[in-house]
Amino acid sequence: MTTVENDAPAQEIGRDRRRKEDRRLITGRTRWTDNQALTGLLHISIVRSPFAHAEIGSIDTGAAKQVPGVVAVYTASDLGADAVQLPCAWPITKDMKSPQRPALAGSRVNFAGEGVAVVVARSAAAAKDAAELVEVDYSELEPVLDMEEALKEGATLVHPELGTNENAQWVFDSGEAGSGGSAAEAIAAAEKADDQVVITRRFRQQRLVPVFMEPRSTVVDPTGEQLVMWSSTQVPHILKTMLALTLGLPEHKIRVIAPDVGGGFGGKIAVAPEEVVTLLVAQKLGKPVKWTETRSESLLTAHHGRDQIQDLTVAVTKDGVIKALDVKLLADMGAYLGLVGPGVPILGAFMFNAIYKIPAYRFDCTNVFTTKTLTDAYRGAGRPEATFGIERMMDEVAVELGIEPMELRKRNWIKHEEFPFTTVSTLTYDTGNYEAATDQAMSMFDYDGLRREQEERRQRGDVKQLGIGISTFTEMCGLAPSRVLGSLDYGAGGWETASIRMLPTGKAEVVVGVSPHGQGHETAFSQIIADKLGIPFDDVEILHGDTQSSYRGLDTYGSRSLAVGGIAMVKAAEKVVEKAKPIAAHMLEASEDDIEFTAGKFSVKGTDKGVGIADVALAVFAAHDYPEGIEPDIDAHATFDPENFSYPHGTHLCAVEVDTETGFVQLHKYVCVDDVGTVINPLIVEGQIHGGLAQGIAQALFEEAPYDESGTLLSGTLVDYTLPSAADLINFDTANTSTPSTTNPLGVKGVGEAGTIASTPAVVNAVLDAVRQYGVKDIDMPTTPFRVWTAINSAKGTAGRGDEADVASPGAGLGSTAKDMPEGGNL
Amino acid sequence: MARIRTTVDGLVYEDDVEPRMLLVQYLRERLGKTGTVIGCDTSNCGACTVHLDGLSVKSCSVLAVQANGSEVLTVEGLERDGQLHPVQQAFHDNHALQCGYCTPGMIMQSIDLLGDNPDPTEQEVREGIEGNLCRCTGYQNIVRAVQDAAQKMKPGASQAAPVGGGA
Repeated sequence: MTTVENDAPAQEIGRDRRRKEDRRLITGRTRWTDNQALTGLLHISIVRSPFAHAEIGSIDTGAAKQVPGVVAVYTASDLGADAVQLPCAWPITKDMKSPQRPALAGSRVNFAGEGVAVVVARSAAAAKDAAELVEVDYSELEPVLDMEEALKEGATLVHPELGTNENAQWVFDSGEAGSGGSAAEAIAAAEKADDQVVITRRFRQQRLVPVFMEPRSTVVDPTGEQLVMWSSTQVPHILKTMLALTLGLPEHKIRVIAPDVGGGFGGKIAVAPEEVVTLLVAQKLGKPVKWTETRSESLLTAHHGRDQIQDLTVAVTKDGVIKALDVKLLADMGAYLGLVGPGVPILGAFMFNAIYKIPAYRFDCTNVFTTKTLTDAYRGAGRPEATFGIERMMDEVAVELGIEPMELRKRNWIKHEEFPFTTVSTLTYDTGNYEAATDQAMSMFDYDGLRREQEERRQRGDVKQLGIGISTFTEMCGLAPSRVLGSLDYGAGGWETASIRMLPTGKAEVVVGVSPHGQGHETAFSQIIADKLGIPFDDVEILHGDTQSSYRGLDTYGSRSLAVGGIAMVKAAEKVVEKAKPIAAHMLEASEDDIEFTAGKFSVKGTDKGVGIADVALAVFAAHDYPEGIEPDIDAHATFDPENFSYPHGTHLCAVEVDTETGFVQLHKYVCVDDVGTVINPLIVEGQIHGGLAQGIAQALFEEAPYDESGTLLSGTLVDYTLPSAADLINFDTANTSTPSTTNPLGVKGVGEAGTIASTPAVVNAVLDAVRQYGVKDIDMPTTPFRVWTAINSAKGTAGRGDEADVASPGAGLGSTAKDMPEGGNL
Repeated sequence: MARIRTTVDGLVYEDDVEPRMLLVQYLRERLGKTGTVIGCDTSNCGACTVHLDGLSVKSCSVLAVQANGSEVLTVEGLERDGQLHPVQQAFHDNHALQCGYCTPGMIMQSIDLLGDNPDPTEQEVREGIEGNLCRCTGYQNIVRAVQDAAQKMKPGASQAAPVGGGA
């Protein structure tokens, strides 16, 4: 027994702790799935269709089987892979059209890159060599590439058996929901009113690829009693359950492990056909099997993101008060439905109204099948699309009405004293302060000073013109209240689970259901547990990503790990303390009512008597002396189902320099002030914002996954899919305001997606702000030098070379056309 | 098969390799040096960066046979007596990694950069590591880490350590 001393540990929450995860990662002591080497391990390579849409005739595997080291070559039917129905967990409407998605195509391929056969060999190199020798006889069909064309009568059908290329139509109307007026009526009225205008715009969300740095990899070992799958996945728990449901395997005979996972960004939320093929091959041969994709395979076949056509209509009074918003979307699903693909654009339904008080709102989204790689979650999932749409539109309204763009936003946003605020799309925002974040951002940015510089450059006719862009955003994250998901017909809940095991020496193992892939969970969660149990940060071990230790969880996506998983940990810690209390009282020979717990010590009120939580852990381990009727165990398990989403928000300001002679856009300054509620670790929060910004900015300036007219992906390598390098970006000025969330005990909000959601429109608004003076109306993303140059010169009427410009190498930039180049010139 | 003899992280290895085998495959598949990783197939990402005779190379762009008679240093050979290399330490101190997949290559390239330019400006760091892609950090903290390491590695700085070099 010890006496209570005044040695309370320093508070961990809010500390900029360096990460526990780093040591292994900076020394190369890593456990990526592809590192896995098992005795007798076989390797597979998948034979993929070069055509977007084709009937599969005969497949000749004879030559491939002759390659030394090849163990087997299987077509889809050899494995039953053509009969598999890979799962879609989000049927967004009762009558949604859902095609069968096989693990390997049996009779028809529906996108370029779809697998048709698999080679198994003793080495990955032999498997790849042999895969080249598999002869597949294809009869080409018309590709389906354009969403609007695909919906027309008589269009070629991706899946003729569905009778349509329309996957589903999902509509929200605030007039019908009773959460606002009818947008159609408000817009009709505005068209007749003298003091209102109606503004309509079309925006294009290009197709993107998540491009996690670690290519996907799966190893399956079927030799034990439980079949073990290691996979580079964000969702080991969902994967396990879905493998059981999809393949009819007993769930308790499957163990899924997500070891070190090198990034995901939504791209590893999947039950991938390759995971299933690896499993089927391993089962068939009774040997461990590995599949690791090449980067080109990843770009071609791992799911893509975004890809929407957005038609927005706003009714607004001439003094800038928005009266109605109508949103009509076409969303490209690609050839099949991914795990949550059809629901991704629907997440945007709740966010187009953003931080604004919009009295009438309608959202109407039609999902379309094309013969392209399927789309699914990519960082932000539905919310970047919505934020881009509304924030671009706010600038368009400001320009039309001649109102300063920040002033227009102020006239419409929810004021801080109006929280909690129930929006026209039925969400209740618990907390926020848009004024505070904006004031701080404007000051850090020197908004007025940059506006003056912009004016001076215009007056001087500088070659490099300055543009300033704004994005005042909010988002919904911390997915999600299970009942809300149920109302949206999602196939699972949104709760999260944590267990705490108190070890005899006073250390804690915390088992979590969320599954990190770069976020820093081990560090941030250790900080929370250290505070809640009053034990040292280094005495906490976070266990995750293995369904054998962590049997219950819903994994990591939608900025949920802290806002949902973190709260489950807090609840579990509270239970540990509650279970320990009667035992501590017994040890202290006091009444339980007189025991209080602070900073890791149970003490008797009004005395200096106390025991530490480690003493209690040891006492229940020995179990020599504990109260009657109580189990000698202080471990605890908790599940938390959030009552609401969390609503981080912020103000992002971007200044760009546009070279009017070359079209080159240089980031000049980027400031953001984000309110993510209580900050557990400011270092990690800042890192999440930085990375999020880079991805959102990349959508604005650099990245695109285009297809040619035959349905071939044109960005199938990292030469063509141009991720920003360090030289393409600048230092960002980031800061936080904090209005703690009132819907969870930590006051936290999500942070993982905020930077990506907010930044894209800030950059595009800045680019347009620089060149609108020449008559430019819009520039599609990414705003490459080629596109910006063409836009400026078309608007000025000086292009004259528009047709010639089309022959320039895409992405070559610098506005040069082939004819500009000297003989032998190198674009 | 071709016979090669290399020194990797201070140990001498002799192996028969296929002439087409890449250095990164040799490191990972034959030597178990899985700290060095593969991120692409077009030599764009730099995740596989190692030092070959003291200079950074993308080990996906070097054949194993080209390393015959050479010294190779990977991220696994940087620690000295349990002490992190100053660049490793700076990556940790400055939160310059998240998922960590690009980190080995990024660290090896940064060490090479500091060998050429012991006191780089922000822009020089950005240009010096532009052949290494990171998808998590937005590069800001990587740049900060490299500059921090540069300060720590200056002659007379408390945490002096050799820059790059073989094993």
